[in-house]
Amino acid sequence: MSDRTSSNAYWRANIRIIWICIAIWALVSYGFGIIFRPLISGIKIGGSDLGFWFAQQGSILVFIVLIFWYAWRMNRLDREYGVEE
Amino acid sequence: MSQYTLNLIFIGISFAIYIFIAIWARAGSTSEFYAANRGVSPVMNGMATAADWMSAASFISMAGLIAFTGYDNSTYLMGWTGGYVLLALLLAPYLRKFGKFTVPEFIGDRFYSRTARIIGVVCLLIISITYVIGQMTGVGVTFSRYLEVSNSTGLWIGAALVFCYAVLGGMKGITYTQVAQYVVLIIAYTIPAIFIALQLTGHVLPQTGLFGSLSGGDTKFLAKLDQVVTDLGFANYTGHHKSTLDMVLFTLALMIGTAGLPHVIIRFFTVPKVSDARSSAGWALVFIALLYTVAPAVGAMSRFNLTATMWPGAKTGETYSQPAVSLDAIENAPELEWMRNWQVTGLLGWEDKNGDGLIQYYNDKAEPGEALAATIAEQNLQGNELPTVNNDIMVLANPEIANLPGWVIAIVAAGGLAAALSTAAGLLLAISGAVSHDLVKGWLAPEISEKGELMAARVSMAVSILVATILGLNPPGFAAQTVALAFGLAASSIFPVLMMGIFSTRINKQGAIWGMLAGIISTLLYIFTYKGWFFISGTNMLEDTAANWLFGISPASFGVIGALINFGVAYLVSNATEEPPVEIVELVESIRVPRGSGAALDH
Repeated sequence: MSDRTSSNAYWRANIRIIWICIAIWALVSYGFGIIFRPLISGIKIGGSDLGFWFAQQGSILVFIVLIFWYAWRMNRLDREYGVEE
Repeated sequence: MSQYTLNLIFIGISFAIYIFIAIWARAGSTSEFYAANRGVSPVMNGMATAADWMSAASFISMAGLIAFTGYDNSTYLMGWTGGYVLLALLLAPYLRKFGKFTVPEFIGDRFYSRTARIIGVVCLLIISITYVIGQMTGVGVTFSRYLEVSNSTGLWIGAALVFCYAVLGGMKGITYTQVAQYVVLIIAYTIPAIFIALQLTGHVLPQTGLFGSLSGGDTKFLAKLDQVVTDLGFANYTGHHKSTLDMVLFTLALMIGTAGLPHVIIRFFTVPKVSDARSSAGWALVFIALLYTVAPAVGAMSRFNLTATMWPGAKTGETYSQPAVSLDAIENAPELEWMRNWQVTGLLGWEDKNGDGLIQYYNDKAEPGEALAATIAEQNLQGNELPTVNNDIMVLANPEIANLPGWVIAIVAAGGLAAALSTAAGLLLAISGAVSHDLVKGWLAPEISEKGELMAARVSMAVSILVATILGLNPPGFAAQTVALAFGLAASSIFPVLMMGIFSTRINKQGAIWGMLAGIISTLLYIFTYKGWFFISGTNMLEDTAANWLFGISPASFGVIGALINFGVAYLVSNATEEPPVEIVELVESIRVPRGSGAALDH
């Protein structure tokens, strides 16, 4: 921990990225998949509605994209702050 | 070739592969035994994690859970995958940077307390042992169904196999066998699903078939399924029937429970770098999603196939346009042989209650609709004549229901065994690591040599296999309910304490200990209130119905509340007591940055 200030800035940036991911994570599963399903039930997908699709398939696909995006974004952040392995 | 010979060949080949890998990947050091020398590539680790995570419950039971409930059980799909987002974001990279071997070791070091470490060990043992019982029973059931040996012979064969590669190879052997087991189980799961999707919808991909149209028409498959099941008086498949609050909490409990399961977390100790731990969680979810996006299609399509078998009219037109399937067909027709096979196991049962020679399958527990009420009156129905349909049948009998060739059935048998064995091995590794590394090396005999510790790890692994097998032979009556217990404890104890250890420098020893205790005890009390003390039936203080639950929260969802209690108590107690020592703050700062993880390699 030679450079506490920059590591604090790094950590704050990381927390911000985590919050963005958690917000999307919650929106697609709890939001579109469960709570807001009645609001978006007008959008039909293959014999059911968008909320059903998010609950059974869509949220899982978004989760995958989220993790890879986070991994990519954090690798860039590591290099920006010079803390990469 | 007979079905029995085919099953024997496929299961035999898969077992030969596992044993070959076990001999090739023997562990020579504790680092190899606990963490495969941290040399597993992120993609390989992702595949191994997928096999480690997907148990007999995912492979055999989940599609059935969705099939008979529909939309409401999407909670399992989201809950058992969303946990990997939490793992990737909140736990895996930091625990990899910490660079030790077990989950309780992190708890003990971060909270500078042996008491905290031992509470961690106790939680880990309860979670992993309850979980492993289910896997061993799954092995026994699969063996007895497909190889016509007794349940206990099947269990001993499975135990001997796990012994071979887990005791010899440790994490290294387990990792590479899990990769092979993943390949077997995913092939076994997708092949029948592709056949069935093609038959019903003309889609090769079950994922798109679920949202596609029925073959030879414009009717959407899901719309047709909704119509058929509601015709028979069942709740509509795509509809929302359970309480929204409980669905949200149950999904969340599964997610944070998944992220807190020790046998999943330790898989991320095997990759070379912190950045690998992040991407490896993504790869794990890719491989898990290959099964989890197929499962809802398998559920919906097998529900439709089962219903259309019982009411042949449903396949082409209106449900009641043709009479129900006849008793004579069920007992003699070659294409319905599967019904007779599964009747023997007790998982499927029918009874011609009104003696008309037809077996009418419908929901007799709800107010019938117009068409059903008319049919009941006209055919003088005395109740549902297919009263027993076990959830698990949906995956296991799926190939037979759809009249698929014998080799597909044999692959499903090998896949079910792969799913149960790979999870059992991962759990046994977590158990033996906690005993040899946390209890023996960390507490009882700190002076033990590396060779001695490796021996202790192997002995505790062998003992765990024996205990798991004996428990699998005589599963306690509450075995099914303990899943709620395992997830509840992982959610209310391990997940919060790990997260606070990483994201707060202020939480101290007292906070962690009291937080964990409050989380575990409140969760246990809530579960026992409705399920009976230590699951002994009849000792529950309140009846286990939605009306009695506190704010409508089911015992299985309470892990979320337990986690909140854990966080709250830890925060209050920590702020009322002294700050953690400077070196602990330094430790937390160091696990937050990836640089320097290489040093852990030499540890």
